[in-house]
Amino acid sequence: MNNLLSIVTFLPAVAALILALFLRGEDEDAKRNARWVALAATVLTFFLSIFILTGFEPSNTGFQFVEEHDWLLGLKYKMGVDGISVLFVLLTTFLMPITIAACWTVETRVKEYMIAFLMLETLMLGVFCALDLVLFYLFFEAGLIPMFLIIGIWGGANRIYASFKFFLYTFLGSVLMLVAIVAMISDAGTADIPTLLNHQFGTESFNLLGFHVVGGLQTMLWLAFFASFAVKMPMWPVHTWLPDAHVQAPTAGSVVLAAILLKMGGYGFLRFSLPMFPVASDIMAPFVLWLSAIAIVYTSLVALVQTDMKKLIAYSSVAHMGYVTAGIFSANQQGVDGAIFQMISHGFISGALFLCVGVIYDRIHTREIDAYGGLVNRMPAYAMIFLLFTMANVGLPGTSGFVGEFLTLMGMFQANTWVAAVATSGVIFSAAYALWLYRRVVMGELLKESLKSITDMSRRERAIFAPLVFMTLLLGVYPSLVTDVIGPSVEALVSGYETAVLDATPASQIAAQH
Amino acid sequence: METIILFSPLVGALICGFGWKFIGEKAAMWTATGLMIYVCFLSWVVFLGFDGELYSITIARWIESGSLSTSWGIRVDRLTAIMLIVVTTVSTLVHIYSFGYMDHDPQWKEGEVYKPRFFAYLSFFTFAMLMLVTSDNLVQMFFGWEGVGVASYLLIGFYYRKPTANAAAIKAFVVNRVGDFGFALGIFALFFLTDSIDFNVIFASAPEIAQTELTFLWRDWNAAEVVGILLFIGAMGKSAQLFLHTWLPDAMEGPTPVSALIHAATMVTAGVFMMCRMSPLMEFAPNALTFVTFIGASTAFFAATVGLVQNDIKRVIAYSTCSQLGYMFVAVGVGAYGVAMFHLLTHAFFKALLFLGAGSVIHAMHHEQDMRNYGGLRGKIPATFWAMMIGTLAITGVGIPLTGIGFAGFLSKDAIIESAFAGTNSMAGYGFWMLVIAAAFTSFYSWRLIFLTFYGTPRGDKHTHEHAHESPRIMLIPLAVLSLGAIFSGMLWYGSFFGDHDEMTTFFGIPHHVEAEQGAHGDATANHDAPATDEAGHDAVATHVGSAAEPTSLQPIGAIYMGPDNHVIDDAHHAPIWVKVSPFVAMLLGFGLAWTMYIRRPDLPKKVADANWPLYQFLLNKWYFDEIYDFLFVRPARGIGRLLWKYGDGATIDGGINGLAMGIIPFFTRLAGRVQSGYLFHYAFAMVLGIAVLITLMTLTGGSE
Repeated sequence: MNNLLSIVTFLPAVAALILALFLRGEDEDAKRNARWVALAATVLTFFLSIFILTGFEPSNTGFQFVEEHDWLLGLKYKMGVDGISVLFVLLTTFLMPITIAACWTVETRVKEYMIAFLMLETLMLGVFCALDLVLFYLFFEAGLIPMFLIIGIWGGANRIYASFKFFLYTFLGSVLMLVAIVAMISDAGTADIPTLLNHQFGTESFNLLGFHVVGGLQTMLWLAFFASFAVKMPMWPVHTWLPDAHVQAPTAGSVVLAAILLKMGGYGFLRFSLPMFPVASDIMAPFVLWLSAIAIVYTSLVALVQTDMKKLIAYSSVAHMGYVTAGIFSANQQGVDGAIFQMISHGFISGALFLCVGVIYDRIHTREIDAYGGLVNRMPAYAMIFLLFTMANVGLPGTSGFVGEFLTLMGMFQANTWVAAVATSGVIFSAAYALWLYRRVVMGELLKESLKSITDMSRRERAIFAPLVFMTLLLGVYPSLVTDVIGPSVEALVSGYETAVLDATPASQIAAQH
Repeated sequence: METIILFSPLVGALICGFGWKFIGEKAAMWTATGLMIYVCFLSWVVFLGFDGELYSITIARWIESGSLSTSWGIRVDRLTAIMLIVVTTVSTLVHIYSFGYMDHDPQWKEGEVYKPRFFAYLSFFTFAMLMLVTSDNLVQMFFGWEGVGVASYLLIGFYYRKPTANAAAIKAFVVNRVGDFGFALGIFALFFLTDSIDFNVIFASAPEIAQTELTFLWRDWNAAEVVGILLFIGAMGKSAQLFLHTWLPDAMEGPTPVSALIHAATMVTAGVFMMCRMSPLMEFAPNALTFVTFIGASTAFFAATVGLVQNDIKRVIAYSTCSQLGYMFVAVGVGAYGVAMFHLLTHAFFKALLFLGAGSVIHAMHHEQDMRNYGGLRGKIPATFWAMMIGTLAITGVGIPLTGIGFAGFLSKDAIIESAFAGTNSMAGYGFWMLVIAAAFTSFYSWRLIFLTFYGTPRGDKHTHEHAHESPRIMLIPLAVLSLGAIFSGMLWYGSFFGDHDEMTTFFGIPHHVEAEQGAHGDATANHDAPATDEAGHDAVATHVGSAAEPTSLQPIGAIYMGPDNHVIDDAHHAPIWVKVSPFVAMLLGFGLAWTMYIRRPDLPKKVADANWPLYQFLLNKWYFDEIYDFLFVRPARGIGRLLWKYGDGATIDGGINGLAMGIIPFFTRLAGRVQSGYLFHYAFAMVLGIAVLITLMTLTGGSE
C-alpha cells in the first residue's frame, strides 16, 4: 500500500462526509448511528495506523511511506512520516476513539459534533504527515475551525469569549508563519519539506529598521514560526487563551485540545525551527529556555490557587509544555527525546485528567473544587484512577510522566544549569497543586448533600480509562517502545543541528573556545 | 532468587489490593503476608550466604536515550544484603502485627473493608523499598525513592476521612519532593560528568570527578562536592534531617504499624543507605562530608530537645527516630560508613520494637495516645511492658562499658560517638559533643516515656484504664522477635561492622584494605595496618594522576569504599577511655534525671516547665519550624500564585492583548450571535467540508497520476 498515510488521514473525513450526506433526522436512532459511525471510523483508523508503525523502519532517518502528487495551482500534495512524526500520528489515532466514547452522553447536535471531531482528526493527522509547506499550513490552520466550533457551540456558559480568544490567539500567530512560509518558498524555490530541510537559509546579519538582526534571514523566519508555535504550545506569556478554552470546552474538546492540538507547536519546533533554522535556534535557545523555566514556575504557582478544576489542570498543562520547549531547545539527544516522550505521555495523562473531571462534571455539573469532597467514600474506582493520573502528572517514576520530565531535565542540565535548577523546582510545585486538588475533591468525609447519591464510574467510563491506564504504565516501565522509534531520527536531527551551528560559528570563535 | 525477592511483594500487593473481592479478605491478607514471610526467608539466605563478591542481574531495559542507558537491574553486595534483611524482616513482622492491630479499627464503620487495602499498601511499600536498595543505578534508585514516597503518602493518609491525616500525607510528599529536587539535580550532574548513571561507572570515575570543575549556577565548583551536597539534600528529605524534618512527626497520623515500618525502620533510613552507597564518591568530597556531619549532629541534638517535652507517645518516638538518623549521618560524615549501617541495622530492630510496643499500648488504651492519660500500666499489659523495656534499654545504650557486651544500641551508638571523636573534618568535634549531649536527652525522654506510661498512678479516663487489656498473641509474637534483635543484633555483628578490622574489611569488601592485608601477609593487626594502608593508598592515588582515564586500582569490588587517608575506624578504636565511657555516663545522667522527675518527685516537671516557660514553649512547639515555614514558604507561594493569576495573567497579559484586539472583538461578538443562530456554523462547516472533499478526491483519484 503506497498511500497508507492518505487513507489513514482521510478515513475520518470520509466518515464525516457520509454522516453529513446520508444521516438525517434528530431522533434517538440518528444520534445513535452518528455515534457508532464515528466510533467505528476512529477505531478503524487506529487499526490501520498500526500498519504504519509495524511497517516503519526506525533506523531509516529519512521520510517513509512517502506519497507525492501534483495538486491544484501547481502545488504539491506530499505526505510522509519519519521518527519524529510517526508517533504523533499513532497518538492521534489512539486517542480519537477514546474521545468519541467520552462524548457519548452529549445530546445536542450529535451528528454535527461527531462530524467536527472526525474532521478534526483528519486535519490533525494531516499536520503530522504533510511534507509540503503549503499543505502543512492548510492543515495547521484548518484545524482551528472544528475546534473553534466545538468550543463555541458545545461549550460552557462563557463559550463565545473563550472560542474567539482561542481562535484569535492562534490565528494571529499563524499569520506571521504564513509570511515566513512565503519568504521561504521564494528563497528556496520549493515548498517541499525534505528539500527545505537540506536548504541553508541565510545567516548573514543585516539591519532592519535600525535593528541589527543577528542570524539574518534565519532569525526572522525563526521568529515568525516561533510566534505561531509558541501560541499553540502554549508558552508563557501567550498561554492565557488555554485556561479559558479548556474551561469552556466540552470534556471531549478539552481532551483533544490538551492531548493532541498542543503537540502541534512542539512538533513544529522539531520539524521546522530546529532543523531548518539551526543558527537562529542556537541564538534564541537561551531565550526559549528561560521562557520555559519561567512558565514552569509561574503556571505552577498559578495552578496552586485555582478554584476551578479544569483551570488547574490547564495551567498544569502549560507547565508541562514548558518541559517540552526547554527540552527541544536544549538541542541534545536527551532533551529532544524527552520532549517527544513528554508530549506523547502528556497526551495520555492530560487527556485522562480532563476525562476525570468530565466524569464528575457529568454527575454534578460544576467544576468548582469546593463543590466536591470525600468522593472516595462513594467512588473508590474513580478515586484510584484519579490518583494514578495525579501521580503520573507529578512525574512519578513508573509512569510515563516521569520519563519525559526526567529526560528533558537531564537535557536542560547539559545546556544550562540555572534553567535546569529552576525547572526542576517544578517537581515540588506540581506535587503541591496536584495533591492539593486530589485531597479537596476525593479525600475527606463526604458531607455535601449533592454528593450523597453520586455513583461510581460506569462500565463505559471504565472502558475509556483502561487503555490510558495501560499506556501510562507501559511507557513508564518500558519507555524503549518510544525511544527506539524516535531515537535514530532524533540523533540525526541533533547531529545535523550541531554541525550546522558549528559551521556557522566563525573560525576565530572556535579557536577561542579551545 | 533476588528477582523473586524483589517482585513477590508487588505480586502480593496486586493480589491483595485487587483480588480480595474474589478470594476474600482473609485470604488476600494472608497471601500478602505469606509472600512476605517467604521473601524474608530468602533474604536471610542471601545475607548469610553472601561471600562479599559483588554481582549484578539485569532484568529489562528502561530509559534509553543516546548515551543514557538505564536498565532494571539488581546489584547484590553487602549493603544490599544488609538492607534486604532489615526491610523484609521488619516488613514481615509488621504484616503479622497488623492482623491484630488493624482488626476493628474505630476509624471505620461496620462493614467497611479496609484491611486488604492496608496490606496491599504495606506490600507495595516493601516492593518500592526493595527496588531502592537493590538498584544498580541511580535512576532505578530514584524510582524506589519516589515509590516509597507514594506508599508513605498513601499510608499516612490511610484514614482518608481525617483532615489531619490528609494534610500530613501531602506534607510528607511535598517536603520529600524538596529533597528529591536535590537528588534529581545530583543525578543530572553525574550524568553530565560521567555520561552514565550506573553505579560501577560512576564509582570508577570518582577520582576524576574530584578533579573536575563543574559550572553550576553562578560559579565553578569542585564537581564531587556539588554532587555530594545535591545527593545529600535528597537524603535530608527522605531521612527527615534538620530543615526538611517537619513531615516526620506529622506522619504519625498514619496507623502505628506504618510508623514502625516506614517512619522508623526502613524508608527514613534510605537517606543513610544512599550516602553509604555513594561512599566511593563521597570520599572525594570532604566539604560535603563536613556538611553532612554538621546537619547530622544538629538534627540529633535538635530532635532530642523536642523529644524531651512531647506528650503524644508516638511523637516522642518520632523525634527519637529523627535524632537517631542524625547519629547515622554523623557517622557517614566522618567517613565511618560501616558504623552508620550498623546503627541503621540495630536501630531498625529497637525502633520498630518501640513503635510496635507503643502500638500495643495504644491498642490497649482504646487509641488514646496522650501519655498524660497513661500511668501504671505495667501490671495490665506486662508483655508489652517488657518489650518496651527492652527497646528502651537498647535505644538508651545500656551495656557494660569497655566491653562488647550490651544491648544493640549500646554497641552501635557508642561506635558512632567514638568515630565522631576520631573524625578529622572540622565539624567532627561539634558532632561528638552534640551526640553525647543528645545521648543524655535520649535517655531522658525514653525513660520519661516508660515512667509516664507504665509507672505511677493511672491518669485520664477511668473507664479506659479499667478496660486496658493485653494485645492478642499475633501482636506479641512480632514484639518478641524484635526484642531478640534489640538485645542481640549489636553483640552479634559488632565485629563485622566495627569492632574487628579484618572482619570488617572482608565483610564490606573495602578495596584498599584488602590490598593492605595482602601487603602485611595476613598479619594485619590494627597497628601494622595503618602504614601499610597508606602505602597502598598512595599507590592508588598515583595511578589516578598517571592515567586518570583508567583508574583500575579503584575498581569498585566492595560495597563501601574508604579513601586511603580514612583511618576513622582505627582511630576510633584508639579513642581515650573517657570518650568511650562518655555516652554511658550521659545515659546514666538522663536516666537519673528522668527517675527523679517522674518517679521520685512527680510534681517536679510542672515546676521546671513553669520556671522555664519560654524555653518549654519553644521546645513544645518544635522550635516553631512549622510556623516559620508556613510564613516563609506556604503563604508566599499562595500569595504569589494569586498575584500572578490576577495581575500577571489577568491584567497584564490579557489586558494588553485584549486591548490590542479591542477593535476586533466587538465585531466578532456581533457575529457570535449568528454563530449561535446557526448561520455561521453551517457556513464554516461547509467550508471545511469543501476543503476536505477536494483534498480527498485529489488523493484517492491519484491527482495527476
